Amino acid sequence: MPKINYITHDNQSHNIEVQNGLTVMEGAVQNDIPGIDADCGGGMACATCHVYVKEEWLDKLPKKEDGEEDMLDMAFEPKKNSRLSCQIIVSDELDGLTVNIPSKQG
Amino acid sequence: MIKTDALIIGAGPTGLFTAHQLKLIGLNCEIVDNLDKIGGQCIELYPDKPIYDIPAIPECTGKELTDNLINQLKPFNIKFHLNERVDEVKKDNDNWIVKTNKGTTFSTPNVIIAGGVGSFEPRKFSVKECEKFENKSLFYSIKDKNIFKGKTVTIFGGGDSALDWAVELSKNSEINLVHRRDDFRGAQTTVDKVHELSKNGKINLFTKYQISSVKGEKQLESIDIKSDDNETKSLKTDYVLGFFGLIMQLGPIANWGLNLDKKTIEVDTEKFETNQKGIYAVGDICTYPGKLKLILSGFHEGALAARACFKLARPNEKYRFEFTTSSKTIKDRLGIKGD
Repeated sequence: MPKINYITHDNQSHNIEVQNGLTVMEGAVQNDIPGIDADCGGGMACATCHVYVKEEWLDKLPKKEDGEEDMLDMAFEPKKNSRLSCQIIVSDELDGLTVNIPSKQG
Repeated sequence: MIKTDALIIGAGPTGLFTAHQLKLIGLNCEIVDNLDKIGGQCIELYPDKPIYDIPAIPECTGKELTDNLINQLKPFNIKFHLNERVDEVKKDNDNWIVKTNKGTTFSTPNVIIAGGVGSFEPRKFSVKECEKFENKSLFYSIKDKNIFKGKTVTIFGGGDSALDWAVELSKNSEINLVHRRDDFRGAQTTVDKVHELSKNGKINLFTKYQISSVKGEKQLESIDIKSDDNETKSLKTDYVLGFFGLIMQLGPIANWGLNLDKKTIEVDTEKFETNQKGIYAVGDICTYPGKLKLILSGFHEGALAARACFKLARPNEKYRFEFTTSSKTIKDRLGIKGD
């Protein structure tokens, strides 16, 4: 099973096995990783599952849909490497993916 | 003080259908919602997005679902208290005394929380010092546009609110419009208008910039904005407006003595009652083993909570189960004349 490395705002690293097909958001919620609220449950409607993707992984992720960039406008402190974790689906290729969780979601 | 058999907090689909269930079994109810319109997340977050899993409705949008639910409530005269947030819930013998931020007070044996993920609040700037100027020279919504006349106003955001206000206020004010990227998500006609006004020097456009600090002692004097490439610009401004949409906060619900699991309220699956007698939670805001955050689950939860309300609202009567197809009493309540 691929492992996703979630780094919380206090610099704690949570290296978690997440099943293929789940989203990075679901992996965090199911494993009680703090800092991912996911209020809308993955509908790309709230921007509270916002993460910063480690630079070297950015190009390996599927491109953003229009709606995702629109929602990121509302995220807390968005940056160039911002993504909504509900839009990243875990696969073997993403084994080792590292994401930083912002200090808050809004 | 308003007396009612049940008070529903939240006018989303679950709250609306719960009201219908209460009225069908002969109880009265009123509904409070923090938003200025009926529909909850369906209206605020995805009015135009399709929903495919409402039983017997192959496809509908959030707005259509809301309109249908409102239509279904038409036979009943239900009082809505919009733009009001419930702040306080206190026990008074057999009743709950419920107070809103506008001072409306209810006395009721039953409080049904159908609050989704809490109340919608404006998203704020992440820069801490912004709080100092909030509601003085820094706003997240506009109540009186006249205060901006002849002043410099810096607007942040890329959606319709930000663009509409930039266009409107540019008639009488100096406008800076700041957005984190080149693309705007507002209506194309407004986006075109903004670009035209920018060409004519009526709007100073700063894209790929975000706020980095605010300056001023008693009064706001200027702000710094920073680009993706760490280039900083200082803008003199009298007012700052931020339009980043809404975020859901659990808010005062956290202080009502209810057992919570993260941002949700624990309930039983018979009455959907919380640990407090006469306070129920239904829809997205409740949790129990196997909970599904589906609209249809909210409908079921509301129907059962409504029956539980009957016992507390009519302690001396016995609730009798009836079908809407065959019950004369229910048809009377619906205002349907004999067949």
